[in-house]
Amino acid sequence: MADVSILETFDVERGAFETAGEASATIKRTLKRLGVDVGILRRVAVATYEVELNLIIHSLGGRLELAVDENWVRVTSRDRGPGIPDIDKAMTEGYSTAPEDVRTLGFGAGMGLPNMKRNADDFSIASEVGVGTTICMGFKLR
Amino acid sequence: MNKAYHSVRLEKERCMGCTTCLKRCPTEAIRVRDGRAHIIDELCIDCGECIRVCPHHAKVALTDPFDSIRRFPYRIALPAPSLYGQFKSLGSINRALTGLRRLGFDAVFEVARGADVVSRALIERLKRPNVPKPLISAACPAIVRLIQARFPDLIDHVVDIRQPMEVAALMAKREFCQQHGVAPEEVGCFFITPCPAKMTAIRSPIGHEKSALDGAISIMEIYGRLAAQLRKGGEEESLCGATPYGVGWANSGGEAAAIHSENSMAVDGIENVIRVLEEIENNRLNDLDFFEGQACTGGCVGGPLTFENGYVAKNTIRKLTERMEHTRPEAAVDASALNKYPIYNTLPIEPTNGMRLDDNIVEAMRKMERIEQIAKELPGYDCGSCGSPTCRTLAEDIANGYAGEMDCIYRLKSRLQVMAQQMVELSERTRK
Ligand SMILES: Nc1ncnc2c1ncn2[C@@H]1O[C@H](COP(=O)(O)OP(=O)(O)O)[C@@H](O)[C@H]1O
Ligand code: SF4
Ligand SMILES: [Mg+2]
Repeated sequence: MADVSILETFDVERGAFETAGEASATIKRTLKRLGVDVGILRRVAVATYEVELNLIIHSLGGRLELAVDENWVRVTSRDRGPGIPDIDKAMTEGYSTAPEDVRTLGFGAGMGLPNMKRNADDFSIASEVGVGTTICMGFKLR
Repeated sequence: MNKAYHSVRLEKERCMGCTTCLKRCPTEAIRVRDGRAHIIDELCIDCGECIRVCPHHAKVALTDPFDSIRRFPYRIALPAPSLYGQFKSLGSINRALTGLRRLGFDAVFEVARGADVVSRALIERLKRPNVPKPLISAACPAIVRLIQARFPDLIDHVVDIRQPMEVAALMAKREFCQQHGVAPEEVGCFFITPCPAKMTAIRSPIGHEKSALDGAISIMEIYGRLAAQLRKGGEEESLCGATPYGVGWANSGGEAAAIHSENSMAVDGIENVIRVLEEIENNRLNDLDFFEGQACTGGCVGGPLTFENGYVAKNTIRKLTERMEHTRPEAAVDASALNKYPIYNTLPIEPTNGMRLDDNIVEAMRKMERIEQIAKELPGYDCGSCGSPTCRTLAEDIANGYAGEMDCIYRLKSRLQVMAQQMVELSERTRK
């Protein structure tokens, strides 16, 4: 029913720490300009930052997509691998395969995926080893 | 309460229409139209950055003239601790306070004493189990306004305790009235301010109704008079009652030191503060207890209405405080003192939605689409020649009807080239 919608995409490269957080900052800015309620904004901010960082740290590179319509904010992450062998394990709080050098940067607490799920109203994850991972998060506007 | 009040103003006659301020404004609140700068009220946070950078001194701060103190039969001066940093060879804080009093005040009351009380209240706040972390300092009104405009989702993190100048004024007035048996209406409290942001916070308070202050005089204006008074010498009165920690609030990091929180962070300079607020939004700093952000480099010592170089002032204050007795604020201020004055906010801090394109999300999306389309036609150089700070803001201004596409000099140039080409073709055709 929503006749207008906003669509933005951002390519996120593996290991691109120097630009980490830029895509989520731009998404946040868009949502602020659209006047999205602050409670929702905060949840989107946290979840989007985590998913962006996972692209940088764990994936071989991928793309973030923001889609907004009258009723939903949707953030989707699609990457080119390596995929997650055991999703249940990856979703466990504290589980992380982040290498040591990434941990010294303050990442790898293993809270990213659980926090995405907690903050989104709608969360789904699909992954195939050797192909890639897709994460869809929806935030209800009304 | 006048919502649109701003202390930062433009002196039209002095403005040359250059784009210096345009590019430096952290909230993109300035446009140059018809050869002159304009400040957009809804976006300005009174940080005073434009006052600092304007080569023609066309940006000014509206503060109260010194003589306005004569409106009151009794007057109290409330100096910001940054005032002490203005005089390199001051020697003692009492000397500054005595000099200030002799300029025509019946009493002086240090804002640093207010800072001691606020420090104590902050220590208590941080002990509460469910405060959002990090708590964000409310001491710099430019930062609070920045949060209202650009970080509405961080408003709950902002400390709900009034600023030291407000607490100091409440204390000063009550103390003076009791001592001298006069009515509060007869007493005027004047803040000696390092910045326009504080002036705005007095006229248009954030988090509470009326300010306890009756006006603000800039440090710049006091400087000459006070320097002359200090040269006269004379007996020093014992007026200083603050701890070195209260005085230390003048410098970035002073507040964090005063509350003795190991797990705190101080950041100065508005662009740096914006970057860290982004990090807080991303939940990257939720292990932090307290965040102190100040708009000016070095903290209030670097305020736009100060006289001395901020680094020199900072050093002067450091030397002064080293000489003081090292009483901690929690030793100087009893917990019972916190209930004696209304030091907590009584009104919620509201978002000002400075970034919002429209109140209705569907309308906002339509506008955003239009802006996107216009922006695609612009070169993306962000040169500022059009009078908007970036190509994107010009696109927005065009969408809002405040500017036209031909304000972009590159668009104009290519249009002219097309027209010139057409002229050539036309003249060739007529020659045949
Ligand atoms: N896009 C991805 N591609 C491959 N593996 C991933 C991806 N996202 C998450 N993972 C795996 O899931 C684990 C848990 O992720 P997360 O909860 O964000 O914690 P962290 O990033 O701190 O390791 C990661 O350590 C990684 O093994
Ligand atoms: S840092 Fe201090 S002087 Fe600068 S704007 Fe903030 S309160 Fe004013
Ligand atoms: Mg992660």
